Amino acid sequence: MALIEVRWHGRGGQGAWTASNILAMAAAIDGKHVQSFPAFGPERSGAPVLAFTRISEEPIEIHSMVYEPDIVVVLDPTLLKNVNVTQGLKKGGIIVVNYEGDAEKLYNNIGISKGEYKVYITPATKLALEILKRPITNTAMIGALLKASKLTSWGSLEEAIKKRFPGPLAEKNIELVKKAYELAREV
Amino acid sequence: MTEAVKTPKIPPEKQILMTVNGDEAVAYAAKQSLVDVVAAYPITPQTIIVEKFSEFVANGEVHTEFVPVESEHSAMSACVGAAAAGARAFTATAANGLALMWEILYIAASLRLPIVLAVANRALSAPINIHNDHSDAYGMRDSGWIQIFVENVQEAYDTTIQAFKIAEDERVLLPVAVNLDGFFLSHTLENIRMLPDEEVHKFLGGYRKTYPKVKVDYFDEEVPLILNPARPLSFGPLDLYDYYYEHKMHQIEAMKRVPEVVREVNEKWYELTGRKYGDGVLVPYGVEDADVVVTVLGSTGGTVRHIVKKLRSRGYKVGTIRIRLFRPFPHKELAELLKGVKVVGVMDRGISFGSYGPSFLDISTALYDLKERPLLVNYVYGLGGRDAQPEMIEKMFMELLEIAKTGEVKEKLRFLGVRE
Repeated sequence: MALIEVRWHGRGGQGAWTASNILAMAAAIDGKHVQSFPAFGPERSGAPVLAFTRISEEPIEIHSMVYEPDIVVVLDPTLLKNVNVTQGLKKGGIIVVNYEGDAEKLYNNIGISKGEYKVYITPATKLALEILKRPITNTAMIGALLKASKLTSWGSLEEAIKKRFPGPLAEKNIELVKKAYELAREV
Repeated sequence: MTEAVKTPKIPPEKQILMTVNGDEAVAYAAKQSLVDVVAAYPITPQTIIVEKFSEFVANGEVHTEFVPVESEHSAMSACVGAAAAGARAFTATAANGLALMWEILYIAASLRLPIVLAVANRALSAPINIHNDHSDAYGMRDSGWIQIFVENVQEAYDTTIQAFKIAEDERVLLPVAVNLDGFFLSHTLENIRMLPDEEVHKFLGGYRKTYPKVKVDYFDEEVPLILNPARPLSFGPLDLYDYYYEHKMHQIEAMKRVPEVVREVNEKWYELTGRKYGDGVLVPYGVEDADVVVTVLGSTGGTVRHIVKKLRSRGYKVGTIRIRLFRPFPHKELAELLKGVKVVGVMDRGISFGSYGPSFLDISTALYDLKERPLLVNYVYGLGGRDAQPEMIEKMFMELLEIAKTGEVKEKLRFLGVRE
């Protein structure tokens, strides 16, 4: 695997950085080199935030922000109206969105036409409310991301989630990731 | 750059894989280094270091006396007292916190106390900015501390352990500041390999040993040079024009011995772990045949090397040197590496207002005695955490290649990535 760069779009408090960290930890357990960092700004609850993951077979030398991601993950569909989530996204890159509903409307919301990028969706908010009883979508979006691109093994991802969350919460998050993976589809 | 060796004493699979940020890596390194005293005051982006360390203390995982002081001035003062009493002392700070330590930094160095200080480099106020530049580290440049800059999280871990070894070496006995870029390293998660505890203990030779022994006329035997109520000694009493100058000469001489110790420690670490950082002092890449070389400190070193590789693959003769040891400054070694180079770009993440970037001043000094001097351009960049974008660095190289062609430097001091 060459260097893969992922950009996470969320709102302050939704756990975009945590998702990035879990993905990085899982890839590291797989033996990959990783980096995970937020776009460091004032941490305000609800404001649009970014986080970045780099995954590579080779040691990662670069220490700048990510400008041309291979993949973007959108934790919150309300961001699509205000944030240009495709900025710098590589041609034919992947967009993974927490979304359920009409695909055409989604394409319009992102402002792209069919075939430009590979777009995957999963109903992360709904699943999070069902399983966690809270609208925390970050781990669900890791599941959807894995459907779009097999960045880590399941075993490593489970291990990373268990490291990050205490006991029962880990099990719930693993259930959520799996469900979000199952329901994720390209549109 | 980390160069892997075939057979390190502790092979990678026997080392512990961790995914941690730079601050946590430093905290783990300090934990394994059998630190006796940590005195600290929180400040972003350093806070995680002492927060994590205080967890080790609360969990009973370390024997360390943790002193939660009321300011950075007190933090360094407590470290001075502890180190003078023979303890291995550690603290961490950044930016304004480091500025508040300033007075005591000089005292720590001139009392020859092997304290280790982690600096999560951050811009100085005003305006208030929590992000990375090197203005804090440049501010302590003349205080008598050894200053090492690291490139990544692994190196932050490795160097924190090495710092105790260097500081406590009998030839050195000086404090060491380990500089890691705020946020770009302090808050960035990377995978690292840690040694098992006992291997770090062995590497450092266990708890801090104190020397030298001194002859004092009111004792009938030589005593260790530490504060001990049973054998009272004074540290740093009045020293006017009679001996002050001679004591400064001791500091000057001790600094001269630092590079060889840094090289030895780098080599020992390589044998143990399979990791080394150039010769410990400088980390050159692609310099041998280069027309253009860029020097840099800290985490940007990797980004510059990334661009160098890209440009070399297109046939450009470019190279880079990451300056790992900033104080004492490796003037001779740099002159040796840079002779024959046409143009040198010097990147500084800080400036001496009214002058140039501090590393530019040293490099100018280093190159002055060469018969054929390279042309020099100073690039100030990344103030207040502005990102060192790969694209920006590539443009800088293209500009330097153009200068190599024309032989003409239009502006000696350039400001990268600033709005016009």
